[in-house]
Amino acid sequence: MTRRHLVTALLVLAVIALFAAPLLLDGDAGYAGTDSQATAAIEESDPGYRPWTEPFFSPSSTEVESGLFALQAALGGGVLGYVLGRLRGRRAARDATATPTTAPVRTAPEEQDRHR
Amino acid sequence: MHIAEGFLPPAHAVGWTIAAAPFVVHGARAVATEVRRNPESTLLLGAAGAFTFVLSAIKLPSVTGSSSHPTGTGAGAILFRPPVMALLGTVVLLFQALLLAHGGLTTLGANAFSMAVVGPWVGYGAYRLTRALTGNLLAAVFAGMALADLATYVTTSLQLALAFPDAETGFAGAAVKFLGVFALTQVPLAIGEGLLGVLLFRALISNARPELVRLGVLPAEPDDVLPDTPAPAGTSPAAPSTDDGDGAHR
Repeated sequence: MTRRHLVTALLVLAVIALFAAPLLLDGDAGYAGTDSQATAAIEESDPGYRPWTEPFFSPSSTEVESGLFALQAALGGGVLGYVLGRLRGRRAARDATATPTTAPVRTAPEEQDRHR
Repeated sequence: MHIAEGFLPPAHAVGWTIAAAPFVVHGARAVATEVRRNPESTLLLGAAGAFTFVLSAIKLPSVTGSSSHPTGTGAGAILFRPPVMALLGTVVLLFQALLLAHGGLTTLGANAFSMAVVGPWVGYGAYRLTRALTGNLLAAVFAGMALADLATYVTTSLQLALAFPDAETGFAGAAVKFLGVFALTQVPLAIGEGLLGVLLFRALISNARPELVRLGVLPAEPDDVLPDTPAPAGTSPAAPSTDDGDGAHR
């Protein structure tokens, strides 16, 4: 079990490091969104262009907007966590019922190593 | 990769909408078929949609000094094949266009084409290729997830270059400019998304083995159908579900 957990921890750390590194190395960069940079590039290269439609609904403040983005992430994270939790619970229940039999019960590390 | 509302000329907006529409309709039918034939897939379909939902909400800093968001479409493409993600990705884009003023309704077709069509197909191709060459599932997942992300942003760059060619250098010059904005920034994000995909599939391998076997992601091994581990209803390890899908989708 420990080797599997170590690999998981290293993967999580690598993801965090990947996104923390730019902030630590160059905290002064603006980190503007690429979507708005593309819009700015269009306005620069083609000053005559006028957007011909407006968003159907625009959040009135950046606070409201970031709240809605957080809501989107929370909905996605919530559903993902629910599914993974259910699947894990199902496996735990199956392992519990399978244990009393004579057949050797495969353990998690074996399973993992075979497919690494 | 969200082209802002109104930032594609009408002809391009209509063209990309027409281009994306058949994929989305086909994707909706693929989702309906999957749920009807394999009701136990609903849980994993939800996970695939949720993965895209959460990842495309989070903007992350990159070494280029700008920030961008992953797409998360590779996971569903690997699990259920790309057509399913044409619908799920478009639902995410619609949510963002309506509630967040991120992207737009006139640019929904172009954005769906890059994120929900090209991304999943490129990611799925990279997954299959890596799997065939190395035989390693997690390496293939990494490649599939990362390239689905990167291909989406490359597509957006080309779409914008088509709509706004440079006055002097034309399409090529504009493509270089937009690729400079999108693609470079996206490289570390694509790597991060690949690592997150590996984490997700590690969790699925240990907890959702019957589903992965049925979907053809894991091989059906004889010891997977031990009589003492009851398979969930409707799971038939012999069902050639992926081959069936290959024929239907190409």
